[in-house]
Amino acid sequence: MKEITFLIGKEIQSEFRQKYAFNGLLLYVVSTVFVCYLSFRQIVDLPTWNALFWIIQLFAGVNAISKSFLQEGRGRMLYYYTLTNPRYFIIAKILYNLLLMMILSTFNLIFYSLFIGNPVQDLPLFLIAMLLGSAGFSAVLSMVSAIASKSGNNFALMSILSFPILIPLLMVTIRFSKNAMDGLPWLVSQHFIILLVALISMVFGLSYLLFPYLWRD
Amino acid sequence: MSLKNNSLFTGIQWWKWTCIVLLFYTFIQGLLIEVPRLPILNETIRNLFFHVTIWFAMIIMMISSVVYGIKYLRSNNIDFDIKSSESAYTGVFLGILGLATGSLWAKYTWGAWWVNDAKLNGAAATMLVYLAYIVLRGSIDDENKKAKISAVYGIFAFTLMLVFIMILPRLTDSLHPGNGGNPGFSKYDLDSKMRTVFYPAVFAWSLLATWIAEIRVRIKRVSASQNH
Repeated sequence: MKEITFLIGKEIQSEFRQKYAFNGLLLYVVSTVFVCYLSFRQIVDLPTWNALFWIIQLFAGVNAISKSFLQEGRGRMLYYYTLTNPRYFIIAKILYNLLLMMILSTFNLIFYSLFIGNPVQDLPLFLIAMLLGSAGFSAVLSMVSAIASKSGNNFALMSILSFPILIPLLMVTIRFSKNAMDGLPWLVSQHFIILLVALISMVFGLSYLLFPYLWRD
Repeated sequence: MSLKNNSLFTGIQWWKWTCIVLLFYTFIQGLLIEVPRLPILNETIRNLFFHVTIWFAMIIMMISSVVYGIKYLRSNNIDFDIKSSESAYTGVFLGILGLATGSLWAKYTWGAWWVNDAKLNGAAATMLVYLAYIVLRGSIDDENKKAKISAVYGIFAFTLMLVFIMILPRLTDSLHPGNGGNPGFSKYDLDSKMRTVFYPAVFAWSLLATWIAEIRVRIKRVSASQNH
């Protein structure tokens, strides 16, 4: 546990050292939202609002998390290899990316509401959907980023590998957040929460089991 | 016994003969057998012997790919990787056949080549995953690295896809027979006549898939030994 918190702290520190990368991500979200605003002007249709929000979220997530392993050089990976257990390492990465995704989605929501409008009726439930969606994205994308980084620096590969396996997560999250938008009672969305938590813990378990094999070269 | 002298037939094991016999049986009996006469479905109900059974064989190939992937990760034996990847390639081939037969069937019963349906989208996403798997393998040169990374991705993706195909169609309505309140074809098969073709057909396609994969594995082994 202590090791994991230390590794997360290290991630935050190295992010602070490269502030331009983080600022770049925030700018990416803002300019995507702005492009959508100029193209759509106004979104009356609720499912479209919801789908567009999650698509922006998806692209921001792929952009943000793909660098989490691609940026680590060979030498630095070797250094970590001598220091820590790979299982702690991937858990720290996933948790750190969850934090990053939460910041990005909050940013996304604020600017999206500002430009395009916010028809969400049940904001707390929508925030839960955002949290669970971010957790799922960060778990899947961290692992795929580790896989893609091994095959040479290929950003295209990251999208090819991650989009199809993100579809189940994305579909459940979109339905869940649509319920939140319509302000339906929480009991209706209960099975979505259970399903998402189950999916996320499954991805977590898979990463925990499989990452040590990726780690060594 | 005289067959033994004929070079064409030597080395064909018993299960391959079974495969040939069962395939002939599937095609002849599958097209000739009497099927229930139902509105809309009409003769397309015979697709049960081809579409459904091909998917069975595909799933067997995908499972074999994952099992050999796990074996590879535990042993680092490159032969397991050959088996794992060739099973996946054969599975993709069968998947394309399954999509084609399903699409043809949909055109005559639902009136469109493709409909927006959870089950169909699950199948399409699965195909995308395995095509990505092929691209991933193509992008890495080093043999051992390729084997390790594609095994990890194969296991990771297969598990998620399994959830997708098993759970999601049950959450939403689906047009596909056997889902969303639609009866499966077994309900129409009152006198169990169709089962007499269906079960042998499952075996026939699975054996054919194994045969294709086996030949591909042997080709890969030969070319791998020539490279060294």
